[in-house]
Amino acid sequence: MEEKKDAVIREPQAAQKPALVPPVDVVEDEKGLTLCADLPGVPRDKLAVHIEGDTLVIEAEMGLEMPKEMEATHVEVSMPRYRRVFALSRELDPARLTAGLKNGVLKLRIEKAAHAVARRIEVRAD
Amino acid sequence: MDFTLFSRDLFAEMDRLQRQMQQAFELSPSIRGFARVGYPALNVAGTPDSVEVYAFAPGLEADKIQVQVEKGVLSISGERGSDLPPADDERWSVHVNERFAGRFHRVVTLADDLDPNEVQARYRDGVLHVSIRRKEAAKPRRIAVT
Repeated sequence: MEEKKDAVIREPQAAQKPALVPPVDVVEDEKGLTLCADLPGVPRDKLAVHIEGDTLVIEAEMGLEMPKEMEATHVEVSMPRYRRVFALSRELDPARLTAGLKNGVLKLRIEKAAHAVARRIEVRAD
Repeated sequence: MDFTLFSRDLFAEMDRLQRQMQQAFELSPSIRGFARVGYPALNVAGTPDSVEVYAFAPGLEADKIQVQVEKGVLSISGERGSDLPPADDERWSVHVNERFAGRFHRVVTLADDLDPNEVQARYRDGVLHVSIRRKEAAKPRRIAVT
């Protein structure tokens, strides 16, 4: 349990283009983890979710249609891409990962490996 | 950092406060994204014919977003529900809780040359794009010199 709380890590190397770090929610139940990430402006074909070793990488580019001759007057979102990296803990099964994108929200589900699903141990009172 | 110790509403409240402070002092938003910048984050740009407002509002349905133009102010409001399970549900534990949930309301003051009757709003991939045309009379015209 303790390990997972520290699982959110920052980008290790700065080789990539600068990117926004999307806010996420991570929730765990006994069978796996569910992650939701806010990726506004990202169409399905510009989203990449992949696992490299024991890290999960979310990368996405916005696909906004902008009129020509546009001059920004107020900017809060200054970059057109997102990137966030998470360390996966060992009991998660990277082969059983499903992802869906709807209205700019990525919903990702990673199941735990079968042997890692907690068994309930009965506590007997003598 | 385990946020389950705190009620989620507190964080929503902090977000709202931060957003209000930001609007009051016009601080530049953080490069870290908009987890604590405000929901929705806004970009505003102008063209010779229009003003374009982009509200980064993921996770809504188009028909649940209220867009109003009144007295020279564009206002965008609505509510985003939480994707988190109920706090008292013991089958789940929340490890990270950064995403905004709750009611939101942001306003943009419009310039005088904009036409409140020529407003278009589209919602796509979690971004609300509002386009407001400039009044015909306000557009720059080239005057022929004879």
